[in-house]
Amino acid sequence: MSISVPPNTEQSSKGIQPTGWLRYFSFSLDHKVIGLQYLVCGFIFYLIGGALASAIRIELTSPISDFMPRDVYNQVLTLHGTIMIFLWIVPVVNGAFGNYLIPFYVGARDMAFPRLNAVAFWLIPPAGLMLISSYFINGAAQSGWTAYPPLSITTPAAGQIVWILSVLLLGGSSIFGGINFIATILKLRRPGLKLMQLPMYCWAMLGTSILVVLSTPVLAGTLILLSFDIVAHTGFFNPSLGGNVIVYQHLFWFYSHPAVYIMVLPAFGLVSEILPVHSRKPLFGYATMVYSIMGIVVLGLVVWAHHMFTSGTPPWMRLFFTIATSFIAVPTGIKFFNWVATLWGGRISLNSAILFSCGFIVNFVLGGITGVALAQVPFDVHVHDTYFVVAHFHYIVYGGSVFVIFSSIYHWYPKFTGKMLDEKLGKIHFLLTFIGFNLCFAPQHWLGLNGMPRRVAEYDPQFTFVNQISSVGALLMALSTLPFLWNVFHSAFRGESSGDNPWQALTPEWLTSSPPPVENWVGEPPLVTKPYGYGQSQLSKEIPNSFIEDKK
Amino acid sequence: MPLTAIYTILISLALILGGIWAEDNLNLLPVVASSNAPIYDELFRVLFVIGIILFVGMTALVIYSLITFRKRPGQTSDGIAIEDNLPLEIFWTAVPAIVVLFVGLYSYDIYERMGGMQLASNNSHDHSLMMKDERIWGGIGTAQEENPEGALSPVNVEVTAMQFAFLFNYPKGEIISGELHVPAGRPVSMKMDSKDVIHAFWVPEFRLKQDIIPGQPTILNFTPTKIGRYPIICAELCGPYHGGMRSTVVVEEPEEYESWFNKNSKIPEVAL
Repeated sequence: MSISVPPNTEQSSKGIQPTGWLRYFSFSLDHKVIGLQYLVCGFIFYLIGGALASAIRIELTSPISDFMPRDVYNQVLTLHGTIMIFLWIVPVVNGAFGNYLIPFYVGARDMAFPRLNAVAFWLIPPAGLMLISSYFINGAAQSGWTAYPPLSITTPAAGQIVWILSVLLLGGSSIFGGINFIATILKLRRPGLKLMQLPMYCWAMLGTSILVVLSTPVLAGTLILLSFDIVAHTGFFNPSLGGNVIVYQHLFWFYSHPAVYIMVLPAFGLVSEILPVHSRKPLFGYATMVYSIMGIVVLGLVVWAHHMFTSGTPPWMRLFFTIATSFIAVPTGIKFFNWVATLWGGRISLNSAILFSCGFIVNFVLGGITGVALAQVPFDVHVHDTYFVVAHFHYIVYGGSVFVIFSSIYHWYPKFTGKMLDEKLGKIHFLLTFIGFNLCFAPQHWLGLNGMPRRVAEYDPQFTFVNQISSVGALLMALSTLPFLWNVFHSAFRGESSGDNPWQALTPEWLTSSPPPVENWVGEPPLVTKPYGYGQSQLSKEIPNSFIEDKK
Repeated sequence: MPLTAIYTILISLALILGGIWAEDNLNLLPVVASSNAPIYDELFRVLFVIGIILFVGMTALVIYSLITFRKRPGQTSDGIAIEDNLPLEIFWTAVPAIVVLFVGLYSYDIYERMGGMQLASNNSHDHSLMMKDERIWGGIGTAQEENPEGALSPVNVEVTAMQFAFLFNYPKGEIISGELHVPAGRPVSMKMDSKDVIHAFWVPEFRLKQDIIPGQPTILNFTPTKIGRYPIICAELCGPYHGGMRSTVVVEEPEEYESWFNKNSKIPEVAL
């Protein structure tokens, strides 16, 4: 483990890379540029996925199918799910923040494999464009983001094949990223930095990357078999040719359940970075936080069949998966108690970053509670495939991951740009998002319990009013992006200068200029062995003098 | 310290009572119309009360912390440097573990009472439903368990799902119907198969759902208890008209059911 930090000679010696804002449009090998490319690209896809979500909510304001044709509705919901998961949340919580922060956190000048890193990013835009353009060619995939056969085999083939190709490219991108993160965290650590001194986001990314590397290839293999069924008329999953549709579900959920943790574990890590800074307290229970991440990784791999309780799984299997799934609540609960304990007794600045983080805690607790309920087979057989599940899932991935993405943008924007975001606009953004989100998804629990299945364009008229409330919430969520977008663009040019370390944070990315120089630090990277040492007097040993002076 | 303990106890009590009150006063589930629906509702009630307590408790903690520990103007010092507290961490690992274990065991009990464990073996004896080479998997739901020793023989129905309709076939009377007619109080045993893609049979008022899987018949048993007409909903995305794939289950008095059966039956004399 005695690898020193090699300067990224490839990039610095050539000196042909564009500088200024142009470098964000180039094939750069700088992890910071790649991180921001992931973030901006992901956000563009978020806007597209959000527009599709709005179309869904407009359709559902009336119980009949009147806003768009029914097959288009199914295409829209398939694209919405696929874009939000594979092109927005996974790339952003992993790729964007991981690329930007991990080299700083381990004290490296770049990722372990800079070229692989760039390739991982550059797979995303073409895959996304291909996916969306399939709508204009011959109709996009319309069998949901789960693409269950035989529906995915019997619907028009062109869209489904493009969907598979696109998800394969995105899966490849994830795997490249995962390998890179594991190598960077384990092998590029600055000498003297122990694993148990790493910032929590490193642990979250290590856990996530293990999940990515173990489970994504299974999805890739499954989708390749599915494409054989569609194109070459093989019978892996096609029952009329002797295939088994349940096998597909097992293979699909073996990836797609861990995918939920691939979306939320990094979010857990980001929140663990943000809360200590803004409450001026050490992260509570560092060691238990690490163990709980690893607990979630292990349990996350053995719970996939809880998506299949109504598929006709044998009783023993249902029981095993009920218990395994329920037990994920324990390590997850530990994390939530630790965050609240981090806030407890702090000096909390009530800024946009902390509001979004606390909004995440509240939303995710509700999502977690409904998750434990859904793990119970008898409960699940009633609400499976209903709006209850839609609500639960959005509380986890929007109330969880997306809130954290926004929190992180408010927290790290000064690092990215050297400018502050406007707090007033940030708070408006938070209020609109939080109210809109809860108005949109909380009533859907009731819809599901009372008989509204998911993925339908038409529904029983008794649900009209509740659906309209939900749609109003969705409208608020859509509106909430406007103050955010204005804030981000306006502050980039006219924002107040932030200085190098506006939050007086102790994690290593703040101990350099904002925005940072090409190789992260001028001179030796600092050795930060206490990234959360707030409120302690012995800091002067670890933190460079310039920072200590700043703080006074 | 004793004062804190008293506060803790009082707050916990208020939360528990509030949870129970909310459960009793909010109408969150549809009508109960099958024998396993009341068992389901029991589980729901317990999960709901626990959920409300946890949710309100955590939310209150977060809001309380944000208000009490907010940075006031002029404050420049950091918070207190507490890094961990082993007893506290053991406590909040143990409590969720116990709660989860309780929920798991309790729902296992519910699962058994709904007939989750016996299903497969019961049906393997029922030759009318079991063809030799087929793999049949059962959905959760009671039929035979509640009626030991053949007190009432189950009504057998074969369900065929296709894009975008359900067909109900009563083999004893050679009836094929678009609506499911069942007598109240008598077990119904359905063997379900699909002609094309995966569908799902769901009656919210019965609290039962089972996928209908092509190439792999599934069984769903239930005992309807309340007279009425309830929607049958397809819950698995099955194509463009998925939202419109609905039917009706008509739960009737046994006499009415028999007259319906006899009127439609192609075999004049039926031994019920």
